[in-house]
Amino acid sequence: MSATSTRPRTAAATSATTVPERRRRRSRGRRFVLVTVLALVWVFPLYWMVVTALSRREDLAAGDVGLVPTTLDGGGFHRAMVDFPVLQWTANSAAIAVVAVVITVVVDVMAGYVLAKHRFPGRSIVFFLIIATLMIPIQVLLVPQFDLVAKFGWLNSYWAVIVPRSAEAFGVFLARQYFLSMPDELLEAAQLDGAGQLRTLWSVVLPLSRPLVAVLVVMTFMYRWNEFAWPLVALRDPALYTLPVGLSFLQGQYTTDYPALMAGALVSILPVLVLFAVAQRQFVAGIARSGLK
Amino acid sequence: MSTLVPASRPPVRRRAPDVRRWVTSYVMLAPALVLFGVFVLYPLVGAVRISLTNSTGIGQATFVGLGNYRALLSDDVFWKAALNTVLLAVVSVPVSVVVGLALALLLRDRLPGRGLFRALFLAPYVISGVVVAMTGRWIFDENVGIVDRALTGLGLPAPAWQSSAPAAAVSVVLVLLWARTGLVVVLYLSALQGVDSDVLEAAELDGTSPWQRLRYVLWPLMRPTTFFVTVLMVIETFQVFDIVWVMTGGGPAGGTELLVTYAYGQGFSARREGYGSAIGVVVFVVVLVSTVLWWRVQRESEEDA
Repeated sequence: MSATSTRPRTAAATSATTVPERRRRRSRGRRFVLVTVLALVWVFPLYWMVVTALSRREDLAAGDVGLVPTTLDGGGFHRAMVDFPVLQWTANSAAIAVVAVVITVVVDVMAGYVLAKHRFPGRSIVFFLIIATLMIPIQVLLVPQFDLVAKFGWLNSYWAVIVPRSAEAFGVFLARQYFLSMPDELLEAAQLDGAGQLRTLWSVVLPLSRPLVAVLVVMTFMYRWNEFAWPLVALRDPALYTLPVGLSFLQGQYTTDYPALMAGALVSILPVLVLFAVAQRQFVAGIARSGLK
Repeated sequence: MSTLVPASRPPVRRRAPDVRRWVTSYVMLAPALVLFGVFVLYPLVGAVRISLTNSTGIGQATFVGLGNYRALLSDDVFWKAALNTVLLAVVSVPVSVVVGLALALLLRDRLPGRGLFRALFLAPYVISGVVVAMTGRWIFDENVGIVDRALTGLGLPAPAWQSSAPAAAVSVVLVLLWARTGLVVVLYLSALQGVDSDVLEAAELDGTSPWQRLRYVLWPLMRPTTFFVTVLMVIETFQVFDIVWVMTGGGPAGGTELLVTYAYGQGFSARREGYGSAIGVVVFVVVLVSTVLWWRVQRESEEDA
């Protein structure tokens, strides 16, 4: 609004703006009401997870739980945390996600930078091959990847889950888009000062790439934390299960214990939701800056 | 190559330093190349090889040539899964684009609480597919689920989300829309931020209706975003697995079977690795070819414009 009032205008235009201005304010009020209603519908499933987790199995089975629950029950959380190894699975997911984030960010940033700023033969074909991997359905790779990981002796270890997907094509694409918008003069200046390629990347490019690194960290963490098909195949020992694999197993075994299932589900989504809430600004800025517009 | 070297550089020094720079480039690319090569491209070749055998994962496999691909042609479940996958893309992608753009337009222009709303709409996107599926399964439970309870309370018929194939398909589409429209909202919001407000104001002063401004000003300006979103979501639709596998398992009676769930079921549950791999290879080829074609068409129409 301040931008409209400070912009210089001809006399005719100034008298004409007050009406649209008022109309715009009224439309904003209407939009606010509409968005609020839609947002409530949108978050209802999450609210219902919380209500379910805090309800008793018998009440749910009888269809007695209202929109606002009258009694709260900790049984669901107790069964999820004590009877089911949800805490162990959380630790597995955390270890796998953190290590994978470190590897992926380093690999993706280097690859994206080289593909954006270096000129060398084979650049286009390398970029095309990396992007083409986005279109490979993971299901087609599961059997050969499993054989490969078995050959390396990684079965029943975190490495089986971490390594095969630690180069992320979408991350390379994001990094490349981000670096394309970085002025060449900056890099040339660093190189005239005698800095090597890695030095330039480390001390000139990286400090300017915090939004990119933030979005790569958030997205990679999210992918790894939520990943399902590959860990389902690669992990045979229930003690090594990640949260999605473990939860899907519980869903198949205890089909009707919805309080415990929803309690486990809530525990599993909490870390991602917190990370996302903290880094939302950077997450969105990263997407926007990477030229996905 | 000479055109890529800045003109100011002395021509004598051109060749030698370039080769050294190429080596540096490949050294920095090496981790990505090794990881993609060993864990993606090599297994892809392996999958093609397996798809030409009758492998079960146990014992020796025999080479059967194109036998698995020929068997696909007369496999009714495969065609049903293919039809379901295409239908899912045809229905869910346009709806996601329209709903995502509508929500972004509602949130534009410094709406109070905009950041909070954006976060709420994006929240389902950051949740794992397994949890989304578990929640969807529970909300759409045909016995005591909240959706059917609400419909009954309103005097409406309560669909049998688990035993009727069309109802199950509808529930999967709704859950999928909930899970991924938030990303579309964010992408459109950031594109809308790049729109010069003077353009819209000028159109408004010209006496255009909001619909005209959307149709003739915003929609053309949003075109690159729409293109990107469409490609991304079509590719993702062909790979939707977690939500369907956990929510319906492809049932009832194959009503929500998709190509990738069928590939997984054949390869792992039915232990027909060769056949499952053949399905996966087909999906990959179809997605790759259609993406490249779509890209071409888009670029040509942009050049015409």
